[in-house]
Amino acid sequence: MIKRLLVANRGEIARRIFATCRAIGVETVAVYSNADADSPHVAEADFAVNLPGNAASATYLRGDLIVAAALRAGADAVHPGYGFLSENADFAQAVVDARLTWVGPPPKAIALMGSKLEAKALLAEAGVNMLPSHTDPDEVDVFPVLVKASAGGGGRGMRVVRDRESLAEAVASARREAASAFGDGTVFCERYVEGARHIEVQVLADGFGNVVTLGERECSIQRRHQKIVEETPSPAVTPTLREELCAAAVIAAQAVGYVGAGTVEFLLSPSGEFYFLEMNTRLQVEHPVTECVVGVDLVRLQLLVAEGDALPFDGPPPLRGHAIEARLYAEDPASAWAPSTGTLHRFAIPGVSHAFGPLPVPGLRLDSGVGDGSVVGVHYDPMLAKLIAWGPSRAEAARLLSTALAHARIHGLKTNRDLLVRVLRHPSFLAGTIDTGFLDTHPEVFAPLLAGVDATRLSCLAAALAGSAQRSAASSLPSGWRNVPSAPQRVAFEGPTGCLEVSYRLDRSGALAEWSVRPVDRDEAGLPGAAGGASPHDHPPAAIVSAAPDRVVLDVSGIRLSYAIHRVDGVSYVDSSEGSVTLTELPRFPARSAEASAGSLVAPLPGAVTRVLVVPGQRVSAGDLLLTLEAMKLEHAVHAPAGGIVADLRVGPGSQVETGTLLAVLNPD
Amino acid sequence: MPVLETDLDLRSSSAMDNRSAMLRRLDELTEALEQARAGGGDKYVTRHHARGKLLARERIELLLDRDAPFLELSPLAAWGTDHSVGAGVVTGIGVVEGVTCMVIANDPTVRGGAVNPYSLKKTQRAGEIARTNRLPMINLVESGGADLPAQAEIFIPGGGVFRDLTRLSAAGIPTIAVVFGNATAGGAYVPGMSDYTIFVRDRAKVFLAGPPLVKMATGEDTDDESLGGAQMHATRSGLADFLAEDERDGIRLARACVARLNRGSALPGMSPPPKYDPEDLLAIPSADLRVPFDPREILARVLDGSEFDEFKPAYGTALCTGWGRIHGYPIGVLANARGILFSQEAQKAAQFIQLANSSRTPLLFLQNTTGYMVGADYEQAGIIKHGALMINAVANSTVPHLTVNIGASYGAGNYGMCGRAYDPRFLFTWPNAKSAVMGPAQLAGVLSIVARQAAEAKGRPYDEEQDAQMRAMVEHKIDKESAALFLSGRLYDDGVIDPRDTRTVLGFCLAVVQADTAVVQSDSERAGYGVFRM
Repeated sequence: MIKRLLVANRGEIARRIFATCRAIGVETVAVYSNADADSPHVAEADFAVNLPGNAASATYLRGDLIVAAALRAGADAVHPGYGFLSENADFAQAVVDARLTWVGPPPKAIALMGSKLEAKALLAEAGVNMLPSHTDPDEVDVFPVLVKASAGGGGRGMRVVRDRESLAEAVASARREAASAFGDGTVFCERYVEGARHIEVQVLADGFGNVVTLGERECSIQRRHQKIVEETPSPAVTPTLREELCAAAVIAAQAVGYVGAGTVEFLLSPSGEFYFLEMNTRLQVEHPVTECVVGVDLVRLQLLVAEGDALPFDGPPPLRGHAIEARLYAEDPASAWAPSTGTLHRFAIPGVSHAFGPLPVPGLRLDSGVGDGSVVGVHYDPMLAKLIAWGPSRAEAARLLSTALAHARIHGLKTNRDLLVRVLRHPSFLAGTIDTGFLDTHPEVFAPLLAGVDATRLSCLAAALAGSAQRSAASSLPSGWRNVPSAPQRVAFEGPTGCLEVSYRLDRSGALAEWSVRPVDRDEAGLPGAAGGASPHDHPPAAIVSAAPDRVVLDVSGIRLSYAIHRVDGVSYVDSSEGSVTLTELPRFPARSAEASAGSLVAPLPGAVTRVLVVPGQRVSAGDLLLTLEAMKLEHAVHAPAGGIVADLRVGPGSQVETGTLLAVLNPD
Repeated sequence: MPVLETDLDLRSSSAMDNRSAMLRRLDELTEALEQARAGGGDKYVTRHHARGKLLARERIELLLDRDAPFLELSPLAAWGTDHSVGAGVVTGIGVVEGVTCMVIANDPTVRGGAVNPYSLKKTQRAGEIARTNRLPMINLVESGGADLPAQAEIFIPGGGVFRDLTRLSAAGIPTIAVVFGNATAGGAYVPGMSDYTIFVRDRAKVFLAGPPLVKMATGEDTDDESLGGAQMHATRSGLADFLAEDERDGIRLARACVARLNRGSALPGMSPPPKYDPEDLLAIPSADLRVPFDPREILARVLDGSEFDEFKPAYGTALCTGWGRIHGYPIGVLANARGILFSQEAQKAAQFIQLANSSRTPLLFLQNTTGYMVGADYEQAGIIKHGALMINAVANSTVPHLTVNIGASYGAGNYGMCGRAYDPRFLFTWPNAKSAVMGPAQLAGVLSIVARQAAEAKGRPYDEEQDAQMRAMVEHKIDKESAALFLSGRLYDDGVIDPRDTRTVLGFCLAVVQADTAVVQSDSERAGYGVFRM
């Protein structure tokens, strides 16, 4: 029996495994890098051991340190989670050698499946269907092909090549990337099937030769080969196909003497044939959807098998309803998926009934690695959380998941939330017609969720009124009261579509007497004058029901809308039933004096030029020393007030200057 | 504390008549304020904006803290005269960086911001309020100086503006000038006498004499920038303490100066609102001034929680006195209940004013009086003596007084109820109110009686037709000259206010007058001069 388990991982998966441990009475040990010192997974563990440093290579990928940590903390078992060392056979062996229980397949099985080329060769012999592949690019005869790294996963190193001309370069760059990411530059070219779907089968095997399958998962919604929406069952899998897939998966597991939880991935072509891709010898990120419909705790079963017990199944368990998982990433889909780092000021998803374990009844499950105030850095995977909806039908699960995501309050980081909602609400998705190219063929899912001019305007108005309520909170005088009303109050925000200026005027009773939201130039934002603030006719009539610093309720054309406003350092996060928007308030008084002083440099006092360190035409940065003056035995340094080019130099060493003498002219950048 | 009851029936014909009469007066007020806001009119406003400049009120809006209140003073100055309504200058009390300040802004769209006798009076009144309430003063300057055709009326008294600025400084009341354009000749002394000066680059023009006058005086050929440009004053003469890049930057710098004045805020805190709707205030004052109304109905819609402790309720019942709070500030109230002041009322007032002085409680006068009672019985009972008692108490009371004329203010009643001559800290008028030595009909009647007596004395026949004509003309003239807008135009109040704003205006004013009790510094602690500009 395992008494104390070390999880060689971080974030949501560490918390997920700890949750099962708590449920069955196993003590827990966390490891953490310096950056993760305040992470929830550390706080939730019974014991925690620091892995000094931040880079994954210095921390979560250091098997030696982790084994030492397990021994030091008195752990008797190690669970690798997913990613990091989870599919590292050497690490598994080191754990076993340290007389610790390894929660995972035998090291040999990991090693076999770790090489995609070897695995393909082995399973082809066992009769599993394969796509043709070549290690020598010159042998490629049919295009397009997918260039893949033999080691590793997660889409890294993968490239689709459509013609021979670009093949050599693609292979070379894939080799470089694979070598740097996995320490193994072996790549191969596999026939690329257009319009294919990604289907995988969850398998469980025990040490007594029992192998069961727990249905399939479809993970066709991907961005750059990274799964973002996963579900079970797949709308493309018929009972017959399921039987065939599961049979193939069992063959794969048995071929390598598999023990524990694993996933066999297949490609399903539009014509209905499926091909083996690879086997992942670990718990998958998307395992919760299987837990929902099968009603099992996969982590608990992993521990059971690791303890040497037999699986408690006679055959594949029945599937109940439909589950969909969405992965929330701190990244900006609209900016080439650039990761977003910083502080997550708020993370709240409404209606979540369960976390980190199987749902007892249909509903929402949240597996998250973060909470309010978490700092998301550059060192690790930017996945924030997984939200899983389980419902009686696929349509119901999709509706529950999309609504919860749409109403989630996620402040401080850019995320793929809007994209997830748009995918889950897309007619093609709902019809089940999806494939791995879904995002490329449906660019409309990249549009922000908060659409429509009025929705944006009203969110801006709500943010402005919340600010007004904040500023007026201390006094019982009416906000912005005037005995001679002349101009509305103005606040300008930088929003997703540029600069917007809100004008509003409250009357003596606090009612909204006039308002408008209009796009403005940054320079003119907030400035009274020419544009005026009268209500344009196309604005919907809005009345204030209530206004507080954190919540504004408006009556818009007879419909009551509630806006939650969370303000952090001048940034307002506005969430409403119409969507979310982040608005950065522009300064009311942009600083002007400093910038204007760049240009001509004059002597600050009378004296003699002692040194000249620049020549005309030279590029200088702000703060660079340009020349020195001597006066009254003191040396005075003249620095560049801004970066630019030295356009003119009027003095040389020995020049006598008076206060105000022009020394040099700088053309600022 | 006892809560005032109300007998107001909004559906009664009198209430509906009162309300419609008041709404007509408010329409006139709105129209007059519209004229004030229009400044020099569309042509000049457009030209001013085209030059990239902000209007006086736009400069003020940008200067003030967002969402903070602004009480504009004397907005109707010069109403009913040949000069523009508002007199080419905007004055008022607002909050800048959390500090309550007096703001004075020239309106350059009105004859270049030139000073006429009404602008001078308005500016000086703002200065007086700043001085008595110790409010920092911010001048937003752009004025061509004296309106030359009117120079005879303003040149000599006009020097008082500069005197007052330096006296504020000497009293430790900071003065800040932001110069957006012309401030020449005498106008140059506004920045000259200010503690802090901010000049807008390429816009400010501050010199004693411009190029033509210099050429005439000394023969020197020179230009605006050399004589008075912002850059020159910031780097050479030292008249400018800060050089602003543009108007918004100038206002930013002014706010930065205020933020460093080491002064606190004085806005009222939270307080319970009245129990009755202030909207009702439009239906309470009688459409016909001759019909008295109960001021308790007004107080029930002005005082915190409608709570009022009446003093001597059974004595001198034509004057209601008592204690309450407005926006949290304690206040003693004197309000005319039935127009006439008798001996009892005068004595009650004198006692009440002494009590307020004893407890240092500010006083609110709600004027609706036709004056002290006349007639042989009353004269013999000493009505002058008792009136003098009341006037003595009002004149020498040292707590802050606020006066609102809510109806009539006639005769010596105006004095006893702290009219303009008795220096209330603030005096506001409702649009329905009238003020004069006596009612128009009475005044015409008196003139008629006197003329008839003169004719009789000379044995001449009295022309009744001419008399009727004279009476109608006089009545009309007096009626016009008694009206709120007319008197406000002559700066006999600090503004005509919407009755529904009364509680807000008084609360804001009480915050202003309270600030002074909090920050008074004794004269001995202060230097005897304003800050010398170096």
